Amino acid sequence: MPIVDIRALRKSYGSNEVLKGIDLQVEPGEVIAIIGKSGSGKSTLLRCINGLEEFQSGELTVDGKPLLHKNAAAMRALRQRVGMIFQGFNLFPHLTVGKNIMLAPSLVKAKDTASGEAHARALLERVGLAEKFDAFADQLSGGQQQRVAIARALAMEPAVLLCDEITSALDPELVGEVLRVVETLAQEGMTLLMVTHEMNFARRVSNRVIFMHQGRVHEMGPPAELFGNPQTPELQQFLKSLND
Amino acid sequence: MVDFSLWDIFRNLLLALRWTVGLSLIAFIGGGVVGLLLLMLRLSKLPGATVFVSCYVQLFQGVPLLVQLFLAYYGLGLFGINTSPWVAAGMGLTLYASAFLTEIWRGSVESIPRGQWEASQSLALNFAEQLRYIILPQAFKISVAPTVGFLVQVIKGTALASVIGFMELTKVGKTIANATFSPFLVFSCVALMYFVLCYPVSLYAKSLERKLHAHR
Repeated sequence: MPIVDIRALRKSYGSNEVLKGIDLQVEPGEVIAIIGKSGSGKSTLLRCINGLEEFQSGELTVDGKPLLHKNAAAMRALRQRVGMIFQGFNLFPHLTVGKNIMLAPSLVKAKDTASGEAHARALLERVGLAEKFDAFADQLSGGQQQRVAIARALAMEPAVLLCDEITSALDPELVGEVLRVVETLAQEGMTLLMVTHEMNFARRVSNRVIFMHQGRVHEMGPPAELFGNPQTPELQQFLKSLND
Repeated sequence: MVDFSLWDIFRNLLLALRWTVGLSLIAFIGGGVVGLLLLMLRLSKLPGATVFVSCYVQLFQGVPLLVQLFLAYYGLGLFGINTSPWVAAGMGLTLYASAFLTEIWRGSVESIPRGQWEASQSLALNFAEQLRYIILPQAFKISVAPTVGFLVQVIKGTALASVIGFMELTKVGKTIANATFSPFLVFSCVALMYFVLCYPVSLYAKSLERKLHAHR
């Protein structure tokens, strides 16, 4: 059974339809890279999966449970299964790194402080920032902040992780440290959906690449096929423009 | 004519100062509570809430405090409610302060980046938890300086309660001035007392701001 099941999903802002019927089934453990020009709807699709955006028609289920915007309890349950990492990190600047990670588990999962702290320290260790437990976000580099954001999302033990252009706001020399963490997650079997501009990374790590164009899934397939032998002129054009 | 020593003037003004402080506290606590409720109402995005709160704010910001006090004092009387100056002044100042405070706080909340809402939402926090743990602590820091700045306005605003017969600092000052025939001396003392009351508040706002920004 797919862990994320999207059928005939349509989303518009006013009269501007940005997703024009998306069908996508994601199996557990799959790593999916979503590529495409800006404005093609890739970020919007990602944000629909954890309910940051409401869609007008179609169906979206996670773990077989439908996404219901009006039902706060259902959304709270869904968001515990779906983690999200943002382009702009969005760490909470008034809390230490440790508290950033521990806050949601203690509130939502009623985790006690001691086990929450042990978990947070283990997660920081995993992203290579064990010594930053008591630091504040503004004392960290962009790459470090993004790794904390990953640890924070993992603290909720999600089944699916959404990555929305998570290296786009980073200086080039900091991109690698974040991608290495994501790659490790992929190897450990985490289900990942990532919107990315890092084509080499997408080619190396993902099982499936989705090329979005004008609000539709335009082409989809294994990375070797999609990058090696693009079928549609739009994808050929897109890949060509990256190499210019 | 009764003979007033400088000490007599000062002593009577100091006694009246209590009521200025008391009225300021009522206005600030009342205004704070009502302002916070209005802020919650507005942030809740309940149907009609935004319109209601913005009308409330426009109404009480758009009418002079003096006129509001008259309306509270004589208006309640019209409805057969026997108002003391305390009730009328407390109510008028509460309404006035709540309108300004809710606007100050709304501005502070809106200055928190959208990403903070989205990140906390993605972590499955509900609306109340988002406010309590993420948004309000950050908005609080931003709002300290304008809030305390407004507190100074409220303290000075209590002087207007003298027109509905409230025996606070200004009213007592006027009474003593009439009795002593030395208005300049008396009102200088009155001015000094307002300043002594307001200046530490301003200083406190500055130090609080520094402290809150030290480890953000």
